[in-house]
Order: sequence, then structure tokens, then C-alpha cells
Amino acid sequence: MSKVHDVAVVGAGPAGLAAATTTTSMGLATVVIDDSPSPGGQIFRAITTTPLRRPEVLGRDYWRGADLVRPFRPCGAEYLPATTVWAVARRGDGAFDLGVSAGRPGARIGGFFAARTLIVAVGAIERPLPFPGWTLPGVMTAGAIQGLLKSSALVPSGSIVLAGAGPLLWLAAWQLTNAGVRVDRVLETIPRGRLAEAMRHAPGFMFSGYLARGLDLVRTVRRRVPVVEHVEALHASGEGRVRRLRFAVAGTWSEAPVDVLVLSHGVVPNIHLPAALGCDLAWNRERSAFQPVADAWGGTSVEGVFVAGDGAGIAGVDAAAARGRLAGLAVANALGRIDGARRDAEASKPRQALAHALRGRPFIDALYRPAEAFLRPDGETIVCRCEEVTAAAVRAAVRTGAVTVAEVKAATRCGMGPCQGRSCLHTLAELVAAERGVTPADVGVPSIRFPVRPVTLAEVASWPAHAVAGAREERDAGRP
Amino acid sequence: MFERLPDATTEPVAVTIDGAPFEARAGDSVAAALLAAGRLASRTTPASGAPRGPFCMMGVCFDCLVEIDGVPSQQGCTVAVAPGMRIVTQRGARAAEDPSS
Amino acid sequence: MSVAVDVAIVGGGVVGASLAWGMRSLGARLALVDAGDLRAASQGTFGLVWVQGKGLGSPAYVDWTLRSARTWRTLAGELREHAGVDVALEQPGGLHACLSAHEMEARAAHLDALFAQAGVARYDVAMLTRGQLAQRLPQLGPDVAGGSFSPLDGHCNPLRLVSGLHEGLRRAGVRRLRRRVSAIEPSAGRFRLHAGDAAVDAARVVIAAGRATPGLAASLGLDVPLVASTGEVMVLERMRRFLPFPLETIRQTDEGSVLVGDSHEPRDDAALDCAVLGAIARRAQRILPVLAGVRVVRAWAATRVLTPDGFPLYAQSPSHPGAFVAVCHSGVTLAAVHAHALAPAILDGALPPSLAPFGPSRLADVRAAA
Repeated sequence: MSKVHDVAVVGAGPAGLAAATTTTSMGLATVVIDDSPSPGGQIFRAITTTPLRRPEVLGRDYWRGADLVRPFRPCGAEYLPATTVWAVARRGDGAFDLGVSAGRPGARIGGFFAARTLIVAVGAIERPLPFPGWTLPGVMTAGAIQGLLKSSALVPSGSIVLAGAGPLLWLAAWQLTNAGVRVDRVLETIPRGRLAEAMRHAPGFMFSGYLARGLDLVRTVRRRVPVVEHVEALHASGEGRVRRLRFAVAGTWSEAPVDVLVLSHGVVPNIHLPAALGCDLAWNRERSAFQPVADAWGGTSVEGVFVAGDGAGIAGVDAAAARGRLAGLAVANALGRIDGARRDAEASKPRQALAHALRGRPFIDALYRPAEAFLRPDGETIVCRCEEVTAAAVRAAVRTGAVTVAEVKAATRCGMGPCQGRSCLHTLAELVAAERGVTPADVGVPSIRFPVRPVTLAEVASWPAHAVAGAREERDAGRP
Repeated sequence: MFERLPDATTEPVAVTIDGAPFEARAGDSVAAALLAAGRLASRTTPASGAPRGPFCMMGVCFDCLVEIDGVPSQQGCTVAVAPGMRIVTQRGARAAEDPSS
Repeated sequence: MSVAVDVAIVGGGVVGASLAWGMRSLGARLALVDAGDLRAASQGTFGLVWVQGKGLGSPAYVDWTLRSARTWRTLAGELREHAGVDVALEQPGGLHACLSAHEMEARAAHLDALFAQAGVARYDVAMLTRGQLAQRLPQLGPDVAGGSFSPLDGHCNPLRLVSGLHEGLRRAGVRRLRRRVSAIEPSAGRFRLHAGDAAVDAARVVIAAGRATPGLAASLGLDVPLVASTGEVMVLERMRRFLPFPLETIRQTDEGSVLVGDSHEPRDDAALDCAVLGAIARRAQRILPVLAGVRVVRAWAATRVLTPDGFPLYAQSPSHPGAFVAVCHSGVTLAAVHAHALAPAILDGALPPSLAPFGPSRLADVRAAA
């Protein structure tokens, strides 16, 4: 733990790559730590390694990722792929110690890095689409299906249904059909009338660049696949794996056979690392999600910690790269490498790019705002996949006296499993809010602590000792 | 339930799944290999014994936990296949001791 | 909103809820007032129902602890019957593991001193060698020199204890106000609690608000000295049950998760300290090497409710009779006596002489000495 980097960038998606390219260009000693085995993040997953030979399968937007990876490779940052940050501690001198974990099962290598500042660019995770049967084998997320396609050239076969709402639903359907996969149906869960609501944001959308690309993609999918709109309820079933899907439109149920059911419900910021670092979180009403509170540069409430990309609030790939650059400039300024005037001058291009990228967001946010039925499920629908806690159990805990998310967790075990609440914390906040008749902003931010990834006890044991009373290796003979 | 596109040219990687030989491809994660082998379900839960399989494929959901080379509760989607790797699907809660040791 | 009751209990953690539980069937109208922030202590608790080794410096505490452990089963039965909650009480005995000959000697000396106190009867606890222990727990690591084992020790699920008490109280019709008490005002022999937009008028008030107790008690003439102590706990993934009994610092829950906790840090914030977690983990994997490869799913730090000598403080205000405080560290172990002995005494309006050793005067002595 001798060398102290100027900045540690966590995540090598669009934001992290842009941030690291910026900080190294300013001469800052930069380390990039990323879960994935190759750069690109989820959106450009496997861009340097994909076996897919036909570029048209994934589309031009995917291959644009090469423009981000190309300058990163020679930029001089120390790059740690397939490495997970599981804890961060502030040192006496103000720098951060990062505990990382890498290696093969049975041969995990714990390690530590020190950095004066952090840029957290950990991206987004998929919002759950909970309904009865969504935990069955064969039900997978759109991101999972895209990942299998990009990394392994694997595609689903048999009866394939896509369900949910949002750009990723259409993109996944488009990419699968590009690859020659027959998709039985796309079930869209946008409530009736939502398009009209979203239209007030249409002017921004028209000039955003999303429009042409998005419309073309949706039109193409509609030509290839039967689309069912305004689906208001889903129910999957099957012994051992998913076999049947029932879906309701205007109160009428239909049934379809299904072997692989692909879900997409938009994405939410991956908040575990900033939350455990102590960064203030806020509820974003437009996007029904928690996100770190950040200034125009990505600066959080914790000194020396910056956030960038979708992990700082969902805004898409172009915004992520721009915000990565801005955070990089802010770090260079905070560390005294450039003055405020230079920072502001260098920021003008990414700020323009950011403004352009954000233009279409209000329309997309409004159109794809999750439907109440899936945001706030009911009955025997599983909310917490790990501990198998149902919506009914969560609601009952609130009805019988629990008030905060923390109390409901304690009463039901919702969010206490190995995924550490990643899959359920938004649903949990929505349910507590629904039962209390308040907004999720009022029910308390979930408490998230280190380790932010489950690591072995041996890895925790590898954290270096320091002179803290109470951390004695020898134990008291007895308590009073 | 999953099939390989003809695009795939990557090197074969010989592994075993529950003792049976399977040819995965370089670049596959363990979870991808399970799906390619037709194993949608790869574990049962400790809470109720319900079957589960890979869901998110990005390290978030912990539903693809499997035993890899004798080490239980590994996230199959975050581990790349390697020649000779032993992949064993998991039933309920893991044991306190690695079966291999 | 204004509520009039016989007894107002401030604090809905394990101590306040246990006291309310004991009072609920005795005919008093109750109000339980708590801010809903149970994270401070009751959600940080480890879940031991523990006897061995406790009470050096307080013979009364030895008895009090023993009595609670021996009657805990009754409380668990009540919660099953009246709240429909199984708190997973198990009392198969417990182990205090020692990692060196030096620790063995120190432990033996500690127990000898404990039982050498006047009025303390020896109970079943034995120093066992590594070989003797290995028969009961073959997974013990080679570094374990031995330890003390007592068949009186056990554990329960503390989260279900707290939620079960609240569920039972709800079913019994006990009023619960989810508000932070800002002031308690004595007037004409009664007490008026100010809690946000609500006021509670009570003949008696019991402050069992953990670390918030001193501030509220001071206005009623009660001095409640607390010392800073933070503990940290890690939760490991679920495993098939393999621990036949709890260790003082490692236990396996009825659901299979393993809890590891072992720190006493002199601070009063609940921030996690990775270096402390590291030290806890090193010690735990020396005791049970099979845990080395098991994943840590969660960790937390919590502040203890600890008096300067570590023993409970139960007192009635001399200047404002009817006002009581009840604070202690081992709220889970003591839940049975709090419900079945302390609660009726408070309802009677006087703490019996047997509880005098837990009064404030002994802390005044400690303070004078310091």
C-alpha cells in the first residue's frame, strides 16, 4: 500500500473510460478498477473481445464504443480488469484505501490501493420487473440476453417473449432479431395515455438525436415481431423453469408458451459504493430512483469523491462520457493540477455534449416511467429474490407498525441476502411509501455499508491492522 | 433454450458440469456455459428450495451461484471458464466446508 | 393529539418493548413512544442469551442474568402464543474460545474471581481443553487452546424478538406512537411527554431509550452516565447448520447465516472501521478456519448502551417519583427478567431491594473514585 494514486476510477464503462483518459491527460496517476474482464461497461460489453463477426447484429451505436476504448488503452492509467472494489476507508491523511478482490475461485487475491480522490463510475443496474413467477429459471433480463450475445454469441431459442418498457426492451428485440432469432412477442407495459403525457417534453426530444435512431429501431422491431401494448399484468409459471406466460390487457388475460422470457424495466443507478462511502442520496421523482447528490462536476457530499455516468443518475451513454470528462477535470482542479479557468475552458465541449445528450431525457423518462403495478407489486410476488420475501409480507410489516425501510428489512429480511438489496431496494422503498401514503423520499434511504460486494472472511481478514483500540488481536478474558 | 450463433469462432474450452463433460467457448462465463449446456436452472435457494438460474448476467442478482472447482457459492456470471474447470450446481445453502478439502 | 395513559414507555427497542410486554397484561393503559430509529442498539445486537463470565464486580448481576436465562423459555413461549412469532430461542450451551495458553489462564482466573465473590454460587461452567472441545466442535482451528463452556448459554433471533414484541403489543392493543420524545415535563404528580405533534399524559414514565436516555432523564433529576463503546458485526452467507452451539463471538442463526462480532471500541459513532473488521475476521478464522472461504454479506457497527461499570441501571427519580429509567447493554439476555420482574415492579411503583444494586448510587461511587 505504498503508492498513493492521484485518482482511482471505479468502473470502465463510458464514464470511467472518459474520466481516466481525462485525468491521465492531465498527468494524474490514475488507476482504473473494473468488475468486467474487458473495458466498455455493460453497454459496450466485450467490445474488444466479442466473437460476433457481423457488426450489424449489435448496431452502429455499439461499435461507437471503440472510440472510447481506443484512447483509453494507451492513456497510461493502471488498469485492473476483473477486479472488484469491496470496501473503501478514509485514511488519516485524507486519502482512501481501497480493498479489491480478484482472481479465480479458490485463489482469490485480495489487494489494496490508495488514492487521493475517487471517481465512482459504476453505472446502472436493471430495474426489477416483479410479478408472480419472475424468479423462475428461463426468466432473464434484457441486459443478460445482450451480454450473452455480445460475450458468447449465445442467443435464446424456443418460444421467446420480451416484456417490459424502455429503450433497452426495443434494443434487445432489435439485436436478437438482427441475429436471426425468432421472437414470439414483445409485451409493452406502458399504461394507456402515457404517450400523451410525455408529449409535452417532445420538443426537446425532437432535437436530441434519440428520435431518428429510436423511431427507426422501434419501427423495425414492429415489422418483425408482434407487439402487444398496454400490458397491465404478467404471470409466469412452470415446473422447474418457465413454461407459460399469462398477460393481461384491459382486464383480459391471454396465455402464451415461453422458454425464455426477457424482461426490461429501465435502469437505476448502482448506488451501493457511493452510499457506503457516505455520499448523500436523493430520490429522483422523474426516474423513480435513488441517486447520489452531486454538483455540476459530479462532486458528492463526501470530499474527494466524485460520481459520473449512469451511476450518478440515469442519462445514457453520451451523457456518461461527458460527465466522466467533467469529473476528471474537477479532480485535476481539486488536486491543484489545473486552475479553475483551465478547468472551465476544458469543460465547454463536454458541457455542450452533456446538454445535447440530456435534451431527450425528459421525454424518455416520462414515456417510460414504470407502471404502478410493477413498481409497487402486490400479493405473492417476490420482492426480495435472495430471501424470498413477498410483496404481501413487506406490506404487512408496514401495516403492523414498521415505518422505515430499515424496520421493514429487520422485520422481513427483505434485502438481507447476498445481493445486498440491489434487486429489491427500490421496490421496497416504493412499497413502504405506498402503504404509508407518502413518497419513497420519505421512507428513509436504505442503509448500505461495506463490504459492497460479498467477499470471503479471509479477504476481510487481509485488511491491514492499524492501531485502533478495540481491534485487539488478543481477547478480553471476560466482559463485566 | 440457448444456441450458439454461427459467428462464434472462439476456442473450445473443456469443462465438466455436474461431472459431465461440456465444451464451452473461450469468453464464456460459467453462467453462459450453463445456459449453453441447456441448464436454465443452476441452483436451488437456501430459503425455500426453489429452482433458480442465471438472471442478470452482470453480477447483481446472485441467482447464478454455483460451485466452481470445489468452491461453493461463486457467481457464475462473473467467472470465466477455464480448461478443466469443475462446475457443480448448488442445492440449498452451502456446506461449511468445501467438498474438495 | 393528546393521549392519557397509566404508563408511558419511551423507547421501542428491546428493553422498552420487553418492559411494555411485561406490563401489557397487568391492566395498565400503556403507550410506547419511539422514534422508529431502532438502528442504534436493538438492530445492532448479536442475539446471545448469555450467562457465563458475566458479573465480576456485581454479584446481583450474576443472579439477575441467570434468572433471565432460566426463564427465557417462558418469554419465548409467550411470544409464540400471543404474537405468533418464533424467536428461535436455543440454549444448547455456549463457548468462550481462547486462542493461547495466556488467554486460557486469563479466562480461568476471570471465572475464579467471579465465583470468589461473596454471595455468588458457582454455576455450571468449565474450562475445557482443545481436545475436549474438539469432540463437540471438530471444526475448531488448531490455534484454539481451549475455552470455557457453559450449558446455560444460548441465543435467539434478536430481530424477531423486537418485531415479535411489537407484534404482540399491537395485538394486545398497546398504543404505539412513532415520534421522538423531545421533552418530559412533570406536572402535578404526572408527566407530560412532548413528542412532535403529540402529547402523552402519563401517571408513570419509563425511559428506556438507550443512548437517548441521559438527556431525557436529566430533566427528571436522574443522572444516567453512559460510556462510549461501539461494536461491529459481520453476517456471513447462509450455510447448512454446522455450529451445535453459539460461541461468544460467532454464532449461526436458525436461518443458517453466521454472525461474527468481536470488538469494543471506545467511540460513540456507528461508522464501520475496515481495520477493525479485519481484526475480527482474523480472529474468527483462527477459531473456525472453515469460515475463511465463506462470504461476508453484510456488516454493521452499532453503539452499545453501556454504563461505566457495564451493569444495568434501573432507578426511580427521587425528586419526581413515578419517573423511571432502565438502561443496559444485555437487553436480549435480560429480556425475560425485564418483562417478568422489572415491569411489574415499575407498575407497583417501587423497585424492590433486590434491584438496589442496579441503582445509581454505585455509579456515583465509581465516579467519585475516578
